Amino acid sequence: MSSRRSRSRQSSSGRITDQQIDDLMSKLQSLLHEARLGSHDRASAAKVLQDTCSYIRSLHREVDDLSERLSELLDAAGVSSDQAACIRSLFM
Amino acid sequence: MKSSTRNPNPNPDTPRFGPSKLMVAFRFLRALTLVHRTAPNSSNAARSRRIQRAAFASMAYSAGPRRAWSRALLWRLHFHRARRLCAGRSRAAGVPRRPSTTRSPADELRRLVPGGTGMDYCSLLEETADYIRCLSEQVKLMQSVVDSGGPRGR
Repeated sequence: MSSRRSRSRQSSSGRITDQQIDDLMSKLQSLLHEARLGSHDRASAAKVLQDTCSYIRSLHREVDDLSERLSELLDAAGVSSDQAACIRSLFM
Repeated sequence: MKSSTRNPNPNPDTPRFGPSKLMVAFRFLRALTLVHRTAPNSSNAARSRRIQRAAFASMAYSAGPRRAWSRALLWRLHFHRARRLCAGRSRAAGVPRRPSTTRSPADELRRLVPGGTGMDYCSLLEETADYIRCLSEQVKLMQSVVDSGGPRGR
C-alpha cells in the first residue's frame, strides 16, 4: 500500500491536485504547531506525517492515562456531584 | 431538512468546531456514570478500559456518520462489543496498539487513524485533521473531569 501510488491515481471526487494536498498538509502543520509540536517553517511531507503520527500516539496515551485516573476517581467517589461541577466548569 | 448548516448545536453562542462540546461532554459523563453504576466491584484495569472505550465512543457518536474515522470507530466498537459478549474476553477497542515497524509515514498514519487503511491520501489527510481536533478536545474534556472530580470535590 504505497502512499505515492494512491496520491496520483485514486480520487473519489475528481483529480486530486498537488495544491489540495499542500493545503491539507499546511492545515496539519498548523494543528501540530498549535500543539507546539511542529515548526513554523515548511517541513517536508514525511516530517509532517511523522510528527502527526507521534502526536496521535501521544494523544492516545493521554486518553489511556486519563482513563486510568478517572477509574481511580470513580472508585474513590461518586460521580453525580462531580458531573454537575464539570458541566458547570465547561460553560465558563 | 431543517437548515443547511451542519451545526447540530442548538445553542448559537457556543463556538462551532465539529461536534458540539456539550454533546461530547454529556455523552461521556453519562457513560462514566454507567461505568460507575454497573461495575462497582470490577478491577481498576477493567474499569479503565471501559472508560477508554467510552471516551472513543462519545467522540465517535458525537461526530456521527459524517466522518470516515467516526464511522470506522463506531463499527469497531460494535464489532468488538459483539466479540466480547461471545468470547468473554475484554479488550480495549478503538485504539490500535501495534508496535511501529519500518513503514512509510503515510502507512503509519493509516494505522493510527480509524478507517485510515481504506482511504486515498487526500481523504486521509482531511480525516486526520478532524480526528486530531476531536481527540484533543476529548483529552481536554477528560482532563477537566479529572480536575473537577477529586475525591473531596470542589
